[in-house]
Amino acid sequence: MAEVSEDSIMNTLSGVMDPEVPVLSVIDLGVIRDVRINQSHVEVDIAPTYTGCPAMDVISSSVEEAIIKLGVSKVEVNTVLTPPWTTDWISEDGKRKLLDYGIAPPKNEGNQKRELFQSAPEIACPRCKSNDTSCVSLFGSTACKSLYRCNACLEPFDYFKCL
Amino acid sequence: MLDTCDFKTQYVLHLADDALVLGQRLSGWCGHGPILEQDIAISNISLDLIGLARQYYQYAAELIGGDTTEDSLAYFRESREFYNHLIVEQPNGDWGDTMSRQFYFDTFHFFQLQHLTRSEDLRLREIATKALKETTYHAQFSAEWIIRLGDGTKESRKRVQKSITHHFPYALEFFETTEFDKQAHDLNLGPDVRELKDKWIEKVREVLNIATLDDINSDAVAKKGGKRGIHSEEHGLILAEMQSVARSYPDAKW
Repeated sequence: MAEVSEDSIMNTLSGVMDPEVPVLSVIDLGVIRDVRINQSHVEVDIAPTYTGCPAMDVISSSVEEAIIKLGVSKVEVNTVLTPPWTTDWISEDGKRKLLDYGIAPPKNEGNQKRELFQSAPEIACPRCKSNDTSCVSLFGSTACKSLYRCNACLEPFDYFKCL
Repeated sequence: MLDTCDFKTQYVLHLADDALVLGQRLSGWCGHGPILEQDIAISNISLDLIGLARQYYQYAAELIGGDTTEDSLAYFRESREFYNHLIVEQPNGDWGDTMSRQFYFDTFHFFQLQHLTRSEDLRLREIATKALKETTYHAQFSAEWIIRLGDGTKESRKRVQKSITHHFPYALEFFETTEFDKQAHDLNLGPDVRELKDKWIEKVREVLNIATLDDINSDAVAKKGGKRGIHSEEHGLILAEMQSVARSYPDAKW
């Protein structure tokens, strides 16, 4: 097995993108929980985002593939549920990239997020920055997004909903 | 299978079966939703539930051991070996039927998961902590639809009232205690389901009231059997469709 360091692995992983939000790397997304380098193989712990997110299997195999390219003979990707992934794990850098990409980043609603029947949060339009927006549907193009509409510039946009 | 598994495994399978059967039911809306946004929403909820079912089945497979996998539990059990509530296997019907079924289930699921986040069992606690947040979105979505349809047109009110009344006796099965519920509660794994009833009734009433729909029928009698493996004819049809590929090509790999 080739010599690898944790830094080189993390560096490689910062180039592994979420297939559904291709501007976010797995590092930005905050799903990489631990990397352990053993004599014969590398182990990576990943926290799933949404329970039913179909991208998770793709993310696991992309992580494995990227590390194997470094010359590692065997990679083991484990799923860890604790601590659970929440949108708070997305890095500040990641939130900025989301906004630049046209997706409003998650807005922390504190404890409210576990209440039944809360009202939709007020979200600024990522294009024109107006606060005059409305939620069209809680469920958007992927499990992690809601669909909003800006009443000022009239454009629809995605909001990465808080989890 | 009920006879051969311990109570904890049965309990985990029961949780898994609810999520899988409802997820499979909802997937039937994919491509058929009333408008694009609802099609996407219901398919997303279906995905969340199937994802949740996978987590529970993986755990159940570990508890059972041997050759058992999440796939063998989902695809190679017979109807009598499924312990889901009868309500989740009810047909999709029209949008009002689907939303009534969903509203009753989501509201129950929310309180059930809330309790499971305090389970003695670490794995159940972990799974529930994650699922609770997603379920909050589901519950909000279905409650909003009950309000929209109930307080909508004359036709939508008439139809959703019929669906709400029709599904209510099925929903009462949530609060029927089986042996595995009792054992799970004794071991502090899950809630005493009877204790969830008051909270559930209160929330359901609140929404029905806003929706201008009739109050619940307090004389209704639970339609039960699902949790003991006694299902409606619908269940066999769901399994026939869901399991057909896996059973035709038993060793197929993706």
